[in-house]
Amino acid sequence: MIRAEGLSKVYMSGGQPLRVLDRVDLHVEAESFVAVVGPSGSGKTTLLGLLAGLDEPTEGTVTVAGENLQTLTEDGRARFRAENVGFVFQTFHLLPTLTALENVMVPMELRDRASQENGRTIREKARALLERVGLEDRAAHYPAQLSGGEQQRVALARAFANEPRILFADEPTGNLDRKTGHRVVELMEELNQELKTTLVLVTHDLDLAAHAHRTISLEDGRIVSDETNRGGSEREAAK
Amino acid sequence: MIRGFAARLAWREGRAAYRRLSVFVSSIALGVGSLVAIHSFRADVQRSLGDQARALLGADVRVSSNRAFPEAFDAVLDSMAAQERDVARTTTLASMVLDTRSQGVRLFQIQGVDAGYPYYGEVTSTPTGAWTVIHDGPSAVADPAVFIQLDAAVGDTLLIGEVRFVLRGEVIGLPTELGFQSAIGPRLYISRAQLPATGLLTFGSIARYHANFRMPERQDRDEFWDRNHELLEANQLRFTTAGVRAQEMSAAVEDVSRYLGLMGLAALFLGGIGVASAIHVYIREKVITVAVLRCLGALQRTLFTAYLLQAAGLALIGSVLGVGLGMLVQRGLPFVLSGLLPAGVTTQVSWVALGAGILLGVWVAVMFALGPLLEVRGVSPLIALRHDFEPPKRIDALRIGAFILLALTLVGLTVLEAPSATQGIGFAIVLAGVALSLWATARLLILATKRFFPHRMSYPVRQGVSNLFRPRNQTVSVTLALGFGAFVIGTVGLVEASLTQAFTLEAGAGRWNLLLFDVQPDQRATVEDFVGSRASGPLAVTPLVPSRLSAINGTPVETLLELPQGERPSSWAMRREYRHTYRAEISGSEVMVAGVWWDGSTGEGSDEGFGDPVAGVARISMETDLAESLRVGLGDHVTWDFAGVPVESRITSLRTVDWARFETNFYVIFEPGTLEEAPQTAVILARVEGERERAELQRDLVVRFANVSVLDLSLLQQTIDEILQRANQGIRFLGVFSTVAGVLVLIGALSTSRYQRMRESALLKTLGARRRVVLEILTVEYALLGSLATAAGLVLAIFAGWMMTSMVFEVPFRLDLARLGTVWLWVTAVTVVVGLIGSWGVISRPPLAVLRDVGG
Repeated sequence: MIRAEGLSKVYMSGGQPLRVLDRVDLHVEAESFVAVVGPSGSGKTTLLGLLAGLDEPTEGTVTVAGENLQTLTEDGRARFRAENVGFVFQTFHLLPTLTALENVMVPMELRDRASQENGRTIREKARALLERVGLEDRAAHYPAQLSGGEQQRVALARAFANEPRILFADEPTGNLDRKTGHRVVELMEELNQELKTTLVLVTHDLDLAAHAHRTISLEDGRIVSDETNRGGSEREAAK
Repeated sequence: MIRGFAARLAWREGRAAYRRLSVFVSSIALGVGSLVAIHSFRADVQRSLGDQARALLGADVRVSSNRAFPEAFDAVLDSMAAQERDVARTTTLASMVLDTRSQGVRLFQIQGVDAGYPYYGEVTSTPTGAWTVIHDGPSAVADPAVFIQLDAAVGDTLLIGEVRFVLRGEVIGLPTELGFQSAIGPRLYISRAQLPATGLLTFGSIARYHANFRMPERQDRDEFWDRNHELLEANQLRFTTAGVRAQEMSAAVEDVSRYLGLMGLAALFLGGIGVASAIHVYIREKVITVAVLRCLGALQRTLFTAYLLQAAGLALIGSVLGVGLGMLVQRGLPFVLSGLLPAGVTTQVSWVALGAGILLGVWVAVMFALGPLLEVRGVSPLIALRHDFEPPKRIDALRIGAFILLALTLVGLTVLEAPSATQGIGFAIVLAGVALSLWATARLLILATKRFFPHRMSYPVRQGVSNLFRPRNQTVSVTLALGFGAFVIGTVGLVEASLTQAFTLEAGAGRWNLLLFDVQPDQRATVEDFVGSRASGPLAVTPLVPSRLSAINGTPVETLLELPQGERPSSWAMRREYRHTYRAEISGSEVMVAGVWWDGSTGEGSDEGFGDPVAGVARISMETDLAESLRVGLGDHVTWDFAGVPVESRITSLRTVDWARFETNFYVIFEPGTLEEAPQTAVILARVEGERERAELQRDLVVRFANVSVLDLSLLQQTIDEILQRANQGIRFLGVFSTVAGVLVLIGALSTSRYQRMRESALLKTLGARRRVVLEILTVEYALLGSLATAAGLVLAIFAGWMMTSMVFEVPFRLDLARLGTVWLWVTAVTVVVGLIGSWGVISRPPLAVLRDVGG
C-alpha cells in the first residue's frame, strides 16, 4: 500500500542543512496497522508528512496505492488525499467555526465525486459516523463546547468519513487522559478492521504502539528497528 | 462542486468571522460612506442647479455691463418694451445706508430692479408680498443680514444716497442669489426708478447694469443674438443664458466637490489599508484551519476562493452600511455648507451614487484584501503536524499581479475622481510617495534602533525598543497606518492655517482700517479734512482714473481681437475696464523688475534709455502678468481711452505686485503730471481708532457726502473669517472620516501582532516580570512607534501643505508648528491608549490563561 525508497529530508536550520530523515526504505502492507515510534526529533512526524504527501522529500520516492506522489502537483496530492487518506492529529484540529456534524461532512464535500452525492446523503452519512463514535447528540455543538475526548472522537469520525484506504494518526492520544486515550484507540482499531483501512500511527507511547501489527523505531532520521508485534491488535481484541 | 464547497465553507466560517472582522467592515463602511456622501451631494447640487437654471438667473437671457448701456442698446431695449416683450433692468452698486432710527450705518449692495423681475423663481419675504411693494414710491426690502447689521426693523427709514426709503420687509430667499453672496455683500432692493434720485450713479461709481429678458423659446433667444450680437460685442456687453449660468455654477461646484471627492477617496484608501491588515491578521489566525483542510484534500484555489468570497461578502456588508452612512451625511452636508451653496439644494437619493458606492467599496476592499488572501495558497499542510513550520519564501507571480492590479485601481480611481487627469495622477503620485517614504522611515527606524540600541537604559526601555526590530515586529504596518493618518490630518491643518492667514487683512495696529471710495474731485479736499481730523495718522489718497485699452503699438484693439486666439493678446485683458492711478513713488507692495522709474531708479537689468520722456507720450509702469497677457514689454506703446479722450503711453518699467497685501494696487501706474485733468475719483485709506468712532465717522460721512462709500475693514475681516470657517467646516467634516479610518487602521495594525505580543508578555510574566514592567515595556514600544510614525507623517504633511498652498491655492505657506505639535501629541497619545487597551488582556489576566488561549 505504501512504499518509501531512499527517503531523505533536509531542512535549513540557522543557515546550516539539517538532515531530519536519512535514506529511509519502508513498505507498509494494505490493511496493516503500523506504529512508528522514536524519541523527540527522531523524524517520526517528518516521515508521516512525507508518506501523506504533505511535503516533498529532498531525496527518494513515496508510492501510495500505486501512485508515485512525487509525480503529482501539490493540488494533485491534495486530490489524492481527499480520495484515499484520513488524518487524526494530536491536537484534534477540528475546524473551530464548524459544528461537529459539519466537521465530519468536510472530507465528503471535498471529494470530486461529491457532486454525485447530494447534501442530504452527506449529512446522513456524517450523522451515522457521529453515532458510530457515540456522539450523535453532540452533532450541533462547536468544538469549543466539546471535551478533548469528544473532539478526538469527532476527528475520528471525520478521518473515516471517506472510508479512506490509509489513515495517518499523529500522537492521537497525546492530549488525552489515559482512559479516554484508550477508548479512542479502541475505536480507531474497530474502524480500521471494519473498513479495512491501512493504519499508520506515529507515537512515542510504546503501550499504544503495542496495539499495532508492526513497530518501526526511528532514531536520528534512520530506521533502527522494524519488528512485527506478536498478537498485535488481535491480542487487544482477545482481551 | 468544489466551488460549492468554497461557498459553503465561506458561509460556515463567516458566521463566526463577522465580529472579528468588524475592523474590516467598519473600514470599508467609512470609506464608502464618505464617497457616497460626496457623490450624492454633488448629484443634488447639479440636479438642483439644472432644475433651477432659470430661477438662478431670474430670466432666460441677461445682458450685463460695467458701464451704463450705450444708447444703441437702450434703443433696442426700448423697442422691445414697446412690443410688450418682457424686459426688466436691474442695476447694482455699493452705497452707504443709514438707519435713521437705530443710527446704524454700513456699506451695502443696493439693487435697483424693475417690476416683474425676477421672471422665474419665487421670492420669499416677510411680510409676504413685500417684494412687490418696493415699486410703490421710495420703499426698500433687504436681506436678513442688513437687518442685523443696521439693527433695523420693518418700518424704519433708511437714508440711501439722498433719498429716504421706508424699509418694508425682509427678503428671505431670492433664488438668483448664492448664499455666500449675501454673506459677503448683503443687499437692499429698491425700485430702479428711484436710483437716479439717490445721486449714487455719479462718475466713476462702481455699478453693474443688467437687462433681463423672458424668452422661453430658443428661437427667440437665437433671433435676439443674431440681431444684436455685433452691438453687444462692440460695446463689450456680456450675454448670458440661464443654461450657461447654471453650467458655470455647476462647474464651480463640480470642482469643489471633486476636491472633496479626493478626500473621500483618501478615506476609502485608508479603509483599504484597514481591510488589508484585518485580512492579514485573519488569515494568520486561520493558518491551522487552512493546513488541516489541505491535509483533508482541499485544493489551494478552493480555499482561496472560500476566503475571497468571505472578504467580498464582508465588503458588501461594509459597503451597504457605508451607503447608509453616506446618505445620512448627505443630509447633513447642506447644513454644514449652508451659506456656500445656491439656495434650494434639495437632497434626493442618487441611485447611481449608491450603486457606484457599493461596487467601488467591494472592488477596493477586494483589491486590498487580495494580497493577504493569496497567502492562503502558500500555507503548507505540514503546519497541521508542525505548528512552527515555515515554508521557504518564494516570489509569487500572483501576488505581484495583485499588487499591480491594486496600484492600477488606485491610480484609475484617483484620475476619475480628480478635477483633471493631471491632478489625479499627481494625487496618486503623492499618495504613493507618502507610502514609500513612510515605509522607508520604518525600515530606517528598525535599522537605527538596532544600531543605536540603548544598552544602558532600564530593562523595560530596552525590551520596548527591541520590540521595534525583532522578528514579526509591527513597526512597518503601524508606521504606515499612523504616518498616513498624521499626514492627512497635518496637511488639512496646514492648508487651513495658510488659507486663514492669507485671508487675514493686515488690519492690525498701525494699518488702515477704513476704505473710502467714490470720492469725487470736488469733494476730495473736504472729505480729506473731515476724515483727517479724526484719523490717528496720515491718510493715503489715491486717484482712480477709469479707462479702456484702445490700441497696442498703434494697432486698434478691434483689429487685434480679430486675430486668431494664440496669436493675439488675451481678449480679457483687451476688453476689461481699467482703473489707473498716477503717483511719484513705487509702493511697498510693488517690486520693479525691469526698466526705469520716473525718478531714474532702475530695475534688475540695465534698462537705460527706456525711461527717457518722449514728447506727447506718457510714461507708464505695467504689472508683469498684464504685460504678458497683452504681449507687450519695455518700450511698447499702449493707447488708452479716458472717457473718449485717447492718451498714448509708453511702458518704461515693469513691476510685480503682491496683490494679497492690503494696499491700493494697480496694473498700470502713470507718471505724475499726465492724468490730473482726466475725469477721476479718489480712494482714501485711513486709520480711525475705536469701533464706535468708526461707526460715528461713517454715519456723519453718509449724511454729508451721500455718494461716498466707506468699508470698515475689521467688519469685512469678520465676514471673510465666517466664510472661511464655513468652508473649513465642510473640509473638517470630511476630515473626520479620514481620521476615524486612520484609527481603525491603527487598531488593525496593532492587532496584527497582538497574539505574538500576548504570548511573549505572558512568558515574561511567567518568568517573574511584574505587571508594571509589562505595562512599561508596552508603553515604551507604543510611545516610540506612535511618536516617530506621526512625526514622519507630519514632516511629509509639511511638504504636501506647502505644495497645496503654493500650487493649488496660490497663497503663502504658513508653517503652523503649534498645530502640528498638537496633532503629534494627540496621535501619539491615541496610539499608546489603543495599544494598551488592545494588550489589556496580557496585563490583567494570569499568564497561564493567556498561554492556553494563544497556544503557548
